[in-house]
Parts: sequence; structure tokens; C-alpha cells
Amino acid sequence: MMRNVFPLWRLALFLFVLLASPARAEEGLLPDALVRNVSEEVLETLRQKKGGAREIIALVQEKVLPHFDFRHMTQLAVGRDWRKATPEQQNALTKQFRDLLVRTYVNAVSVYSGQKMTYKPLKIAPGDTRVLVRTEVSQSGGTPIPVDYGMEKTGQGWKVYDVAVGGVSLIINYRDSFAQEIHAGGIDGLIASLSAKNRELAAKNK
Amino acid sequence: MCLKNCFWIASFLSLLFLSGCAAERAPSAQDPFEGFNRAMFAVHERIDSALLKPAAQGYDALTPLPVKTGAFNFFDNFRDIGRGGNAFLQGKGQEGLSGWARFLINSTVGLFGVFDVASEMDVSRGDADFGQTLGVWGVSSGPYLFVPLAGPFTGRDLAGFAVDQSIDPLWRQVEDHPALRNSLLGLSAVQARARLLPADRVLEEASLDKYAYLRAAYLQRRAAQIRGETALNEDEEDNDDSDLREGAAQ
Repeated sequence: MMRNVFPLWRLALFLFVLLASPARAEEGLLPDALVRNVSEEVLETLRQKKGGAREIIALVQEKVLPHFDFRHMTQLAVGRDWRKATPEQQNALTKQFRDLLVRTYVNAVSVYSGQKMTYKPLKIAPGDTRVLVRTEVSQSGGTPIPVDYGMEKTGQGWKVYDVAVGGVSLIINYRDSFAQEIHAGGIDGLIASLSAKNRELAAKNK
Repeated sequence: MCLKNCFWIASFLSLLFLSGCAAERAPSAQDPFEGFNRAMFAVHERIDSALLKPAAQGYDALTPLPVKTGAFNFFDNFRDIGRGGNAFLQGKGQEGLSGWARFLINSTVGLFGVFDVASEMDVSRGDADFGQTLGVWGVSSGPYLFVPLAGPFTGRDLAGFAVDQSIDPLWRQVEDHPALRNSLLGLSAVQARARLLPADRVLEEASLDKYAYLRAAYLQRRAAQIRGETALNEDEEDNDDSDLREGAAQ
């Protein structure tokens, strides 16, 4: 059972950061084209294997992060309690959750080992503001793993608000633990736990 | 083997129901025995860090890649029979045929399954199991259960797992040869654990609470396998995710 769930994460983490692009030029693109361009560009960089951890972080920050809507992601992970949070608390939650996702997922890029992405046809009707962009990642000899990007149309183009690997949403994975933290210590308790986690990771990765 | 398995599973289940009342946290709908499951998870982590993980790390470091791949393929080859059969039971004829074709190809051309020739021929590995089949037939998942060394399950999937194991031809062949059976069991466990090593760091770093993170991942994964598609869960407040569901339908 764990066998089925676990190997996905390795890919998931690396894929999470695959979405990248020079943001402005591609604002008008359809979401599937955006995913494709960005992924291929980042894959190309990874294939050339230049740069260490520092370069990868820079790549992610410049190309990938602009396409993610971290506020929406945080709202999804917090769920019903989001509306109980003040605007300041919402900002703090978004910042801490963003740091956690970026910090943990940047590490995953280093596991890239020649996986290929294929892109499924997009199903979109005129006027749709939310779509699921479906891709598949394959490794030689392995079963292809579906990776789906939940994307939403915003004033700044299409943004990713969730990534699901093999049907597992990386955001929803946090929902239970967030609810638990809020149950125990309120919104501020969750903010404190997240920032403690980030500090711990920062100290370890130094 | 089967009888013994069934015995252990039965005693485990009765233990579970006895201690189910011990859960102290805010109850989660799918995890009514959370207190007990967390205790089992702690037991698992202790055994794993003392025994299984070091063994897996040693195996991983000392074994050349072709041997590792061969070991995985050998054990996995037998499962193609069950995966194919389950795909048929779920009404997925093509996936069922692929599964059985894989077993035939790999057992012969692939030298007793050591080489996964079928994947090279683009006959891809399925993932159907009996827990999924029950789910497709409408059996609900039952309570979440964490079994030390075996990992996360639901009641339904644990029953399915017992059925899948009992028809796995490898274990049926060796059930009367304890020494051989136990060595194979050990090797199978160590190589399976070694494949999970890269995930350890991720789970450690990404989660606020490893137990809850793993549970959410497992339950989502099983639901997606049974549904056959990804359905992103939207905010409780806005329920207009019908477009996403349609977008995900094949």
C-alpha cells in the first residue's frame, strides 16, 4: 500500500516546481500551453545539469512562483476556518505556508533523472475560469504517473491553485493537520507551528 | 500462509475494536480509531528506524542498480496476475489483458520476471487490487487503519490486501518451505522499503504532522484510484467545482 503512495512524492515534489515561465509574455496563453512551455523550459535547464542548489532556487523563484496563487492554496488548506482569520492572520498564514511549500519542494528538483512529461488535451469551454490541466510523467520502465494542475483565471493570467499527483492533492494533504492545529491553538497556533517548522528547516538546510 | 495471515488479521482487528474507544483527538470521520492508529504508527516508526530502514539503507548502498531493479521486477511480476484479474472484475478489459500479457511476457522472455520486457514493449503495469475492486462495486472504505510495517489501509483495503496476498502464486508456492518463504519475505520487505527511502525526507520536511499527512495522502490516492480520475476538492463554501469534475473525466 505504501508502495503505491510513496514513490509518487519524489516526482510530485520535483514536478511542483516545474511550472515556470517569463510571466509577462505568457499572460494571454491558455492554461495548458502555459504548463507546457514552463515545464519544458525548466526541464531543459535541469537536463543540462548546470547549477547547484542555489541556481535551482533562483530558477524556481524567477520562473515558477509567479504562476502559483499561494493565497488561494492557503485558503484551500485552511478550509472553513479561513473566514475566521483576520486579514493580517491570512497574510501571515499565506507567507508561512508559501515558505514551507517552496522550501520543501525546491529540494525535490535535485532528484530529476530524465523523466518525461506528456500533456493531455485540455477540456475547456469558453468562459471557463477554472480548469484541470492534465499531464503525465513517465520514467523508463515505470508506470506513468498522472500530474494534474488545478488552474484558475485571474487578472494576471492563469494561476495554479492546486497540484495533484496520482490523484493526491498536495494542498489537501495539509487540511487535517491544519484543522488540528487550529482546534488546539486557534489561527495563531497554526501560524506559530508553521513558522516553527520553517525555522527548523532553515536551520537544518544551512 | 493464508490461514496464518487471516489469523493475524483477525486478532489485529479485534484488538483494534477493543482499543478504538481510546481515541482522544477531534474525531475524523474516516479515522474513528485515531488514538489507536497513532499508537500503531509510533510502534511502526520505532521498528522502522531500528530495523527496517537501516536494512533498506544497507541494501540500497550495497546493491548495484540492475540487481535492485531485477529484485523488484521478480516480486512484482507475480502481482500482475492479480492486477489483471482485478482490472477485469472492475470492467477494465484492456487493463486486464495487459496485466496477464505482462505476466506471460515477463515470465518467459523476461526470465522469470527479472526483466520487465513488457514495459519496454509499452504494455504498462496496472494498479488494480481487490480493495479497489470492492470500492468500484460500492463497498465503502470503512475505518482508516495503520498497520505497523505494512502501512496505511482502510478496513476494505485491508480485506482486499488479504485476498490479493492469498492468491499471489509466489507465496502459495513457498508456503510449505518456511526457510525459503521467510528469506523471500525478508528480501521482499527490504527491497520494498528501499524504494521508499527517497520519500522519507520529503515526508519529514513537508508535513506538520506526519501521521495526518500520510493519512490524507493515502485516502486521497485510494479514492482517486477507485474513481479513476483526479477530482480536486474545492473550498467548502463554493461548490462550483462541477467544471473541474467534467474537465477531469476521460
